[in-house]
Amino acid sequence: MIDALTIAVGATALALAAWCGFAAYRDEPTKDWHFIGMALVSLLGIVQLVVGIVQLAGGHTPDKGTALFLAYLIGAAACVPGTGFMSLSERTRWGSATVAAGAVVLAVLEVRLFDIWGGGNG
Amino acid sequence: MAETVETDAQDTAAADGRRSLGSGPGRLLVALYGIFTVAAASRSLYQLIAQFHVAPLAYTLSAVSAVVYGFITFSLVRGGEGARRAALVCCALELLGVFGIGTWTLLDPAAFPDATVWSDYGMGYLFIPVILPVTGLLWLRRARSA
Repeated sequence: MIDALTIAVGATALALAAWCGFAAYRDEPTKDWHFIGMALVSLLGIVQLVVGIVQLAGGHTPDKGTALFLAYLIGAAACVPGTGFMSLSERTRWGSATVAAGAVVLAVLEVRLFDIWGGGNG
Repeated sequence: MAETVETDAQDTAAADGRRSLGSGPGRLLVALYGIFTVAAASRSLYQLIAQFHVAPLAYTLSAVSAVVYGFITFSLVRGGEGARRAALVCCALELLGVFGIGTWTLLDPAAFPDATVWSDYGMGYLFIPVILPVTGLLWLRRARSA
């Protein structure tokens, strides 16, 4: 369950990064459709946070420790909303670039999360 | 429509020098520095509390880098000439730190049982720790003439 979510969040984050990166390349600020995309990725991140906490509460222990896992979960959930808000007040290509950077960081966090949880084992 | 918005943004940035450090390309820098502040700070805090005895030097250096990142983020957001100069000094310090500690970790790996944020020139962080201070210095230099 959590492995599938991790892969889903990572893949959508990369797609969002490419999309916003393309907008930055075309010298465009983030638009409504981008924000809908960010909302989707953010929602997945929050679902992942909740599922992760439920799993921890259910007695599962991540390979590399609970504190580390929780910190990465929270960081992952905050990445896209944070950079999304920053792009709201930066209506240039650099706002798009900021969201793209946030999404790339999220994808990297997902790789680490997979590792911390002990991907493939549960 | 997009063009009008953009000129407006540039006008406000030029008129309001205090905010220009964190707008335009600076916004991307604020985001990256912010992320690195949170990453380095939470990582070193956790390591200092939970496993300080494993690699005290590495964790202390990580904490120092977190403080430097935090200060640069704060300066970029605050804006103004004073903050720009302070950030310039910190970016130079950061670059020295990355190269110094990067070389140190390669020459004397025994001193570092665990990695710091700046180990191996920031390889564990996709070399962003090296790229960030260079772009930061370039941006802060350009922000003066703007």
